[in-house]
Amino acid sequence: MKIIVCIKQVPDTTEVKLDPKTGTLIRDGVPSIINPDDKSGLEAALQLKDEVGAHVTVLSMGPPQADLALREALAMGADRGILLTDRAFAGADTWATSCTLAAAIKNLEYDLIIAGRQAIDGDTAQVGPQIAEHLNIPQVTYVEDLKLQEDGLLLKRSFEDGYYMVKVKTPCLITTLKEMNEARYMRIGGIFDAYREKEVDIWNLKDIQIETSNIGLQGSPTKVKKAFTKGAKTAGKVYDVAPKEAAERIIEKLKEKFII
Amino acid sequence: MNFNLSKEHIMLQQMYKDFAEKEVKPLAEETDEKEQFPVETLEKLKRYGFMGIPFPKKYGGEGGDILAYAMAVEALSKVCASTGVIVSAHTSLCAAPIYEFGTEQQKEKYLIPLAKGEKLGAFGLTEANAGTDASAQQTTAELQGDYYLLNGTKIFITNAGYADIYVIMAMTDKSKGTRGISAFIVEADTEGFTIGKKELKLGIKGSATCELIFENCKIPKENLLGSEGKGFKIAMQTLDGGRIGIASQALGIAEGALEETINYVKERKQFGKPIAAFQNTQFQLADMYTKIEAAKMLVYKAAFHKENKLPYSKEAAMAKLYASEVAMEVTTKAVQLHGGYGYTREYPVERMMRDAKITEIYEGTSEVQKMVISAHLLK
Repeated sequence: MKIIVCIKQVPDTTEVKLDPKTGTLIRDGVPSIINPDDKSGLEAALQLKDEVGAHVTVLSMGPPQADLALREALAMGADRGILLTDRAFAGADTWATSCTLAAAIKNLEYDLIIAGRQAIDGDTAQVGPQIAEHLNIPQVTYVEDLKLQEDGLLLKRSFEDGYYMVKVKTPCLITTLKEMNEARYMRIGGIFDAYREKEVDIWNLKDIQIETSNIGLQGSPTKVKKAFTKGAKTAGKVYDVAPKEAAERIIEKLKEKFII
Repeated sequence: MNFNLSKEHIMLQQMYKDFAEKEVKPLAEETDEKEQFPVETLEKLKRYGFMGIPFPKKYGGEGGDILAYAMAVEALSKVCASTGVIVSAHTSLCAAPIYEFGTEQQKEKYLIPLAKGEKLGAFGLTEANAGTDASAQQTTAELQGDYYLLNGTKIFITNAGYADIYVIMAMTDKSKGTRGISAFIVEADTEGFTIGKKELKLGIKGSATCELIFENCKIPKENLLGSEGKGFKIAMQTLDGGRIGIASQALGIAEGALEETINYVKERKQFGKPIAAFQNTQFQLADMYTKIEAAKMLVYKAAFHKENKLPYSKEAAMAKLYASEVAMEVTTKAVQLHGGYGYTREYPVERMMRDAKITEIYEGTSEVQKMVISAHLLK
């Protein structure tokens, strides 16, 4: 079984600020991590590897520093890392990103592609589904549980108010939720392997087949018109009263604001 | 001269920290309070490779180096010194001598399961009347055909009762003094080998410390480690390596105490401001941190020496001497800066202070380290 896991390196906090002039994230000084939904997808792939001996490739598009996220994935147990990096890819929106990733995936063999539901720095949840469309393969989103079956996968597709059990044939793409599992730590020997024995392949524009009109800032139909940091809310009011009275006041306030 | 850590070591530090904070720290208080050997943690340590860091992959290890091992003991001890010493005794005192002095068959049979963490290791040298004077061994091993008959009692043995494999020193020829000592690999289920009294200790309460009793234990001849009469040399060299582990443990304890103290002094208010605003607090913190960094340099340098096959006996002794004294000083100051709360079990610094003391004693007291260091200076 061949699995490709798409991962994104993101800043390690949801509280990063936006640059008010450019509308982009200020990443300086913020440590980077593997996006949590993606990391659970990687864990799911590694569990399949433990069970049936799958070969796991991790793929990421990003700046050269994203090498670190791929090495971390290798140290957790992935077999191969590919970093898609080129100045021409910079500034991509979800369309350009999915076009680029799909073009890279066309160079690879796979039975299953896993992407995290959404990235904590963008929250679009679009890249995974778009890749499936570009590749013309079935997709199942919001996967919280996965079981291997003879002719494909049995998936639990979760929503706020319930879930579907979905059967799907491979090859397919799934997007995973971080609630799916608790990702393993890197293994100590895995860290040495990630730097000494395994390689992160660097792929540039020349390594994939793609129309340049579909990549980078030029290939991105989404234009950010304005970005702003929400102003701080006014200070709340503190009522120092008995719990019962406090509960009544809260309910009163919630009704007043038509929340309940 | 280059003080930069390699990319691997930076990533290891991140992994160690993550693991220690999430898996070890939450159990540290209970491990101490209940004097409970952290069996569940051991399973996790095994899973992620903590039990065989510096050994080659062909012997079941992680293919890492001494610095990676030292940093692991440091990171674990920062949150739980009992967990730190379990890894240190296992790696430095049991797996390492088998790796360094064992035959290919011994490595195959014992080092591989030790390095994989499937088996836990321990080391037995100390006896009731043979502490710092290790030459006064009374345990004997008498060759009888194809086995040695082992008799005697060892005390203060770390990991005792939980370990599966023990490296044990015994006299094979009393007339030769230290040259009559030999080292043996002893399996826990050997007939006649029992675990005696468990010590009740001031600190590192989660670490098992017991007596080992050998009554006519038949040790197969092929379990002699090195050759007859080489036991003392093996023990001394093993302890040289072990000191890097204990120095790392001491370093970790000091770092943990400093971190707790920094958090506390920012929160604790007296006279209308956080105590961190007082110059006494600031000066104390500066001293604590500076000494910790100095200790770290000595510990990492000793690890570098051992890794690069440079002489490291003096370096390991200096690292252990200094780091353990720093651990004691820093934890004592940490308790003082916490005031009355620091003396209670509500905060972890009192545990750290109790844990720190042993680092000045085991695997060679501070006085022994000074003997080792000065012997190098005067030779």
